Amino acid sequence: MNREYLIEAKQIKKYFPIKAGLLSRVIGHVKAVDDVSFGIRPGETFGLVGESGCGKSTLGRVVLNLQGATSGEVLFDGTNIHEVNRQENLKLRRDMQIIFQDPFGSLNPRFLVSDIIGEPLRVHLRASAKEMDERVVELMSLVGLDPSRRNRYPHEFSGGQRQRIGIARSIALSPRFIVADEAVSALDVSVQSQVLNLMMKLQKEMGLTYLFIAHGLNVVRHISDRVGVMYLGKMVEIARTDDLFAQPLHPYTAALLSAIPKPTPHRRQERIVLQGDVPSPANPPSGCRFHPRCPMAQERCSKEIPELIEVGQDRQVACHFPLA
Amino acid sequence: MERNILEIKNLTTCFFTDDGTVKATDRVSINVGKGQTVCLVGESGSGKSVTSLAVMRLIDYAGGFIQSGNVMFHGQDLAAKDLDEMMQIRGNKIAMIFQDPMSALNPVFTVGDQIAESLMLHQNMSKIDAFKKAIEMLRLVGIPAPEVRVKQYPHEMSGGMCQRVVIAMALACKPEMLIADEPTTALDVTVQAQILDLLRRLQKELGMSILLITHDMGVAAEMADRIAVMYAGTIVEEGTVERIFDEPRHPYTIGLLQSIPGFEGERGGELYTIQGTIPSITQLPTGCRFHPRCPHAIDKCRKEEPILREVVTGQQVACWLNEDVSNHFRINQRANSVAGSKAEVNRQ
Repeated sequence: MNREYLIEAKQIKKYFPIKAGLLSRVIGHVKAVDDVSFGIRPGETFGLVGESGCGKSTLGRVVLNLQGATSGEVLFDGTNIHEVNRQENLKLRRDMQIIFQDPFGSLNPRFLVSDIIGEPLRVHLRASAKEMDERVVELMSLVGLDPSRRNRYPHEFSGGQRQRIGIARSIALSPRFIVADEAVSALDVSVQSQVLNLMMKLQKEMGLTYLFIAHGLNVVRHISDRVGVMYLGKMVEIARTDDLFAQPLHPYTAALLSAIPKPTPHRRQERIVLQGDVPSPANPPSGCRFHPRCPMAQERCSKEIPELIEVGQDRQVACHFPLA
Repeated sequence: MERNILEIKNLTTCFFTDDGTVKATDRVSINVGKGQTVCLVGESGSGKSVTSLAVMRLIDYAGGFIQSGNVMFHGQDLAAKDLDEMMQIRGNKIAMIFQDPMSALNPVFTVGDQIAESLMLHQNMSKIDAFKKAIEMLRLVGIPAPEVRVKQYPHEMSGGMCQRVVIAMALACKPEMLIADEPTTALDVTVQAQILDLLRRLQKELGMSILLITHDMGVAAEMADRIAVMYAGTIVEEGTVERIFDEPRHPYTIGLLQSIPGFEGERGGELYTIQGTIPSITQLPTGCRFHPRCPHAIDKCRKEEPILREVVTGQQVACWLNEDVSNHFRINQRANSVAGSKAEVNRQ
């Protein structure tokens, strides 16, 4: 496979057991992520989109080794992060960070903002109080927060400001790779654009690599260099952002793109409206997982699982009958 | 001009808090014509939901009250009715859909019971007839095998399915007016597309009017005939969907539209931002409520509050800068360049 990737996931599977009964016997598995491979190049933003329950957050966590994979491996700069010892793991943590979705739930309400941002410095660098304070001031000004407010509690900040605190915490150790898990989804549009600008600015200044997980496709389009589309635990399409939006190859991508209401009233175009809901990942359909909802499904789709194959430069799709 | 079903006039609502009463909306006026869809858009905390609660008089149960203004529905003032009279209207003539379908349904009753309830209450149907009608309603909103589903509980259904049940409940008595408060926000985009299509189809079939509350400008663009933009408890701009999107005149509307990353044109560049955040309703700025965040604010904006007035046919704006046409040109320069590029794409 490609050497150019900073982080590479190879055939990742993550199954969660379903337990039932008195003896908590395992009666099945929720296949949250099923055989997903992709890579992210240094300095790139890789957007990951899909509907709720498609496994995009789980994949993000597995990539960071916050959760172990059922099988498969994740290589960060050539090291398999699921097989490192404690010492090495601690070192890896400095290079890999996460920004969470909920700016209310991801900050400890009993910690001062300076403690929240300074915690990684304390844990990883054993910084002195003075060094820590200096760095916190620096970080807060970097993300556009008033450093004089560092001795306050998170509840005194608005949603957008809290998300900036979360960002300051994640960049405290100058990481190389950040997973942004729905980092702007909970914010209002006017605040969302402020946070997006901040993330792009930090990427330029610090040379960050992002895995940007989101369901807002317009946001993903704006910030990503390449986009991966997931459906029910499977990666169905990976392409450069412009190619994906110009011409989706997987029927699901096409439906997803057409389902989004665009803020232009003159284009109330005909939509591809999918029937039904996303099936349960505990009991996914046979063959292609999208076939029961696919407007173009044929007999083969219900029998054979399509592989994610290369179909052009930097472009992969998992479909027996990709759109021309 | 078609007759208005609902006329909200200078509606001011307040909430009781520890620091006394706080105004949540201030002199809000909206008209909804027969068969029309009016979208109320704005960011969180702008007073959109409070306005809808006030129309339904549910605000009385939420710790607030209508301080002044009228809600005229068929020539009757809902704001002056007592709560018993409101019960005859609510769920019968005006119905409401809430954001979260899971919490809008009662988990210990079957969906059939819940749809039949309003029918037995408002239309004096027998239980058997009401259940028959409930099945019919489920079929209408596109639920497969309604005879089976009618006996199921909400937890046996997916989010999109529950929202369809909620819509079936709301429409059971054939209301003339439907208030939908963020009906698709909790749903995935492919399911959202189904629900929006369903609402549009049912609106055509039943000829009802919709007041749709949303924060998503995309949803507003697809659904609305008219749009009212709210900011910090007031309406700052109101007009037809074309005018609001093609020629927004209030700096807030312009900023809101520009800060959304688009689906066409350049990407990766710096996004337009509105500086600062929405003020808290307890600490509103003087004069125009938007002036601390407005890049064009003049002295008058800090002192006097602008009133909503018609600047061109079909578009009302509350902004001092719009008093002068040359100013309007200045604020809109950037927006025009955006609209221009969109128009070009449309032509292709």
